[in-house]
Amino acid sequence: MLRVFWCILLRDLTLAMRRRTDVLTTLFFFVIVVSLFPLGVGTERKILQMLGPGVVWVAALLASMLALERLFAADYEDGTLEQMVLTAQPLSLLVLAKITAHWLLTGLPLVLIAPLVGMQYHLTSDAILVMMMALLIGTPVLSLIGAIGAALTLGLRGGGILLSLLILPLYIPVLVYGAGAVEVSSVDLADIRPYLTLLGAFLLVAVLFAPLASSAALKISLE
Amino acid sequence: MRFTTEDVRLPMLEVAGLECRRGDRLLFAGLDFTVSGGTLLHVRGANGSGKTTLLRALCGLFSPDSGEIRWNGASIRSLGEDYRRDLLYFGHSNGIKGDLTGIENLRVAATLDGDPVDESAIWSALARIGLAGFEDLPTRMLSQGQKKRVALARLLLSGAPFWVLDEPFTALDTAAVELLEELIAGHVAGGGLVVLTTHQEVGLTSGQVERLLLGS
Repeated sequence: MLRVFWCILLRDLTLAMRRRTDVLTTLFFFVIVVSLFPLGVGTERKILQMLGPGVVWVAALLASMLALERLFAADYEDGTLEQMVLTAQPLSLLVLAKITAHWLLTGLPLVLIAPLVGMQYHLTSDAILVMMMALLIGTPVLSLIGAIGAALTLGLRGGGILLSLLILPLYIPVLVYGAGAVEVSSVDLADIRPYLTLLGAFLLVAVLFAPLASSAALKISLE
Repeated sequence: MRFTTEDVRLPMLEVAGLECRRGDRLLFAGLDFTVSGGTLLHVRGANGSGKTTLLRALCGLFSPDSGEIRWNGASIRSLGEDYRRDLLYFGHSNGIKGDLTGIENLRVAATLDGDPVDESAIWSALARIGLAGFEDLPTRMLSQGQKKRVALARLLLSGAPFWVLDEPFTALDTAAVELLEELIAGHVAGGGLVVLTTHQEVGLTSGQVERLLLGS
């Protein structure tokens, strides 16, 4: 089981390394969206500090959205997805491996670059640390929930727009608690615990159910 | 091959009352047939008569509107992973990644099939299929026929008794067609079961060939 998980994970990482632009696009999109706000609303310290957490999270949602379409599309086009469905391995395990690779390539870079974008919003080092923690727990949830939408809209014309309409509303809880954690950290650092705990709970539920739901959706899309 | 011995029951595929529709169009209805190991089932029919749909239904990729498909007496829906372990499907798309080399593609395929990955077996399979010297090239650099050969190398590596091949001969040159015919004949002679669609004749030296005409 673990061997199969590793095999798919390494395969997707290898593929991404041979086509690096896809990974970099997401990252640059995130950086640019976040950087546009200070340019648009001015450099007032107070306003930026207030906007910061929300903007970073919204940009993270959009960036993860942007990358989602490619999660299954390439494998669908060249027929490798069909072969995966037909192997004697549980499809949800393969899907979980693909989602993990997807997060490592599109979610983790956002976490790592968060300090850089946080500085543009005059966020304190504590706030930046909290933001990184919240992103670290929250972005895998985005990839997991997004996978369900990506599987459902696979092979549809104009699937990209439909995908956003399907998935963005489901991202709201992550956005609320993720941005909330950073906001309350400016009042009292001890207050962030319930926020991070709730994000953790989302993550556990998503890890359990998203691969199952995605693999069911994939089977429907392949018919 | 391992399923040839007398004490092992030959694999058997039964199709009962199969009906498939694409949208509103009825492709075929009331399709019944039984084939067992050592047989090549050649599915024929005009373009659009439902050959690919039938093959996809046999794999469980397409749910038929009614009827049942049984493998060794049990419905393929209830068998699930046990059925897929016995099955090798070769569809219209090659199912290989263009950015991976032939070796890497076959390594992934072997791992997914649950077989222990034997590097030397993969290398010799590629050599046998006529791709010696191309092992380390990303498959997108290869020609159509060569890509198809990479995909067909899976036939050499897999131990699955039931092969479903959809138009396996297209884009192949005469040498590759001969090799593939030889592989199919060897599989059938070894007690395996092959269902394929093609517009050309497949010569078999042993075993029996059954024909199924769709759209009549």
